[in-house]
Amino acid sequence: MSEDQHKLIVSVSPHVRSDESVQRIMWMVSLALMPAFAASIYYFGIQALIVQLVTIAACVGFEAATQKIVGKPVTITDGSAVLTGLLLGFNLPANIPLYIPVTGSLVAITITKHLFGGLGYNIFNPALIGRAFVLISWPKAMTTWMEPVKSIASMDAVSAATPLNIAKMEGMGKLVEQFGGTSALYSNLFFGSVSGSLGETSALAILLGGIFLLVRGYITWHIPVSFIGTVALVAAVTGGDPVFHLLAGGLMLGAFFMATDYVTGPSTRKAQLVFGAGCGLLTMLIRLKGGYPEGVMFAILIMNCFAPLLDRGMRSKTFGAVVKKKEAAA
Amino acid sequence: MNTGTFERGTHPPDNKALSAAKSITEAKVPSRVIIPLSQHIGAPCQAKVAVGDLVKKGQIIGSADAFVSSPVHATVSGKVVAIAPFPHTMGRDIPAIVIENDGKEEWAEGIKEHSDWGSLDAAALRDIVKTAGIVGMGGATFPTHVKLSPPKEKKIDCVIINGAECEPYLTADHRVMLEEPGAVVNGLKILMKIAGVSKGYIGIEDNKPDAVAAMEAVTKGDSSIDVYSLKVKYPQGAEKMLIKAIVGKEVPAGGLPMDVGVIVQNVGTAVAVYEAVRYGRPLLERVVSVTGRGINETKNLKVRIGTPLSQLVAECGGFKFDTGKVIAGGPMMGMAQSNLDSPVIKGTSGLLVLDPEESEIAVHGPCIRCGRCIDACPMGLQPQMLSVLAEKGFYEEMKEYDLMNCFECGTCAYVCPAKRPIVQWVKLAKMSLARK
Repeated sequence: MSEDQHKLIVSVSPHVRSDESVQRIMWMVSLALMPAFAASIYYFGIQALIVQLVTIAACVGFEAATQKIVGKPVTITDGSAVLTGLLLGFNLPANIPLYIPVTGSLVAITITKHLFGGLGYNIFNPALIGRAFVLISWPKAMTTWMEPVKSIASMDAVSAATPLNIAKMEGMGKLVEQFGGTSALYSNLFFGSVSGSLGETSALAILLGGIFLLVRGYITWHIPVSFIGTVALVAAVTGGDPVFHLLAGGLMLGAFFMATDYVTGPSTRKAQLVFGAGCGLLTMLIRLKGGYPEGVMFAILIMNCFAPLLDRGMRSKTFGAVVKKKEAAA
Repeated sequence: MNTGTFERGTHPPDNKALSAAKSITEAKVPSRVIIPLSQHIGAPCQAKVAVGDLVKKGQIIGSADAFVSSPVHATVSGKVVAIAPFPHTMGRDIPAIVIENDGKEEWAEGIKEHSDWGSLDAAALRDIVKTAGIVGMGGATFPTHVKLSPPKEKKIDCVIINGAECEPYLTADHRVMLEEPGAVVNGLKILMKIAGVSKGYIGIEDNKPDAVAAMEAVTKGDSSIDVYSLKVKYPQGAEKMLIKAIVGKEVPAGGLPMDVGVIVQNVGTAVAVYEAVRYGRPLLERVVSVTGRGINETKNLKVRIGTPLSQLVAECGGFKFDTGKVIAGGPMMGMAQSNLDSPVIKGTSGLLVLDPEESEIAVHGPCIRCGRCIDACPMGLQPQMLSVLAEKGFYEEMKEYDLMNCFECGTCAYVCPAKRPIVQWVKLAKMSLARK
């Protein structure tokens, strides 16, 4: 024996690992949400900050409590509960009573995520289930929107309908008239100066984060492009206004940050294209024919059900597989 | 310049600068060598000597009658002192012949030079390769003469020399191409003659432009041999990826390179073939990169087969740290060693010593289905499904996800952000299924 007290560590190959980690991914996606977070405070004031901080705190708290109760290691530092809290907060109106985000967090984290096995095992996007639950439970509070505040100091909440709601109830003409022209409508939608859920109003802020995720490789183009593309296509084909449909409501947020959730979406690129297209179709079906003015949330949740099936049915070709089939046939 | 690549794959830091500039130096000949009776894929050898016998350098001391096998030779002259199970780099004790070196370096009789090897026919050349105990020296250790004896219905079109050396850290093949380009090309020509083909290729990753230039210089004006500069991407040196990058063909799933008319041989193997034919020398030594941040001095050593790993460590100034990982081979597919008593065998391309931080075993978490493994798998598999199924023990179901097409390159586990031990599970699944 020549190994003078040298301790050798043994494990199976590979012996090197990339420096990417689940934790870093979660914090990077959270970072990508910061422009929209900032925009929400800019447009909806301190109330937006309070709602979102309460939601994040509730999500992290429920994660820790649930893991403690079921006797699992507490993993709140991995950033996934913070991310869920951010996304759930983004989907709420500014002037919501705070017990609603807290309940939504409980449903998102404890029921949707941990009762299904925790990170990696949930079927549905936790933030969206949380939001669906509170929307159905408190429909009035969840659809009482605030007009963007003129300055952070002025806290007077003026309630107003969302552009999608006006378009649905009173028609596009009325909406354009209200904003004083199509270009004014587009520009307000693009920058986010419209009423709506906290994190969804500013297309610009969401695009900034989305581009960051794309450039850094945290998401690929497949889901956002097929989702947004399908919405535009359906809007154009049905004689609607594609630009309006792209910028209004939760489409941008949904396409870049919710439908792209790794856990609840498909993993193969082909399946992701179908998944995105399905989200787009269902969104437009609900927007144009459904009872709700907005359909992004339900569209993604419905498509979540199909994610494993799509992955299974649309597997990539195994290296050398085609050649083998030909040979077998010959 | 000829270029090429394959689909997917990944980019681990290559860390080759640690040893790439170090010329090949002769390692000290050990006072005793341990020659395992199995250093290849196929039937293990039977000992042809007994304890107490005197043997000479180059003498066959173990062989088998089976077709898929390869003889082993005494790599020093001296006395057989033991024939017993001994630690092996593959992790299990394997019967080995231990020879006490008498320091005389006496060659066995019958070592025959062929300065006129061009006049030998394919069968004679193949016989020399077989008798010389040559196996795939890139690490796979498949007997070379078997690869050179395809069944009649498989028509071979070309021979490819694998100089990709896509494993991070390793620089043995790189140095061989720089220092012995002529031997590599002559080895290739012999292989082409045995295979009966008029086309040969040399594939090198483009992080070794000096090796590309060296090989181009010695093949200049020879239209039968093309040098390919391949995009740096792991696992470019895997046979199937190399063939795809150079001749554009996909080896059928479950098939062999000969199914698409190709024979692939490693750079070191080509040199061994040349030396066996030209000088009559069996495979007695090989170049080993001793490298990594855990070793005091990195070297590319020409080492006698049978030299204990501990001696290589000592020759490179010892370990820098008290704790670390010692790997036979590269970091992506090499085997971590539990002790240093194992000897260098024909397939030992490197001895990599990682520092304590690099040696830490990552704690893994649940799969978050990010799909990075799917984007990276060179075989187009879904490692994420394999890992989830394996974790739950659903080994049969893994077959539906082409488990058997996985060659354990480690790309998936390398890119996995949850640090899941996918290769470990795949190996476990294959073993469990084989036992049934």
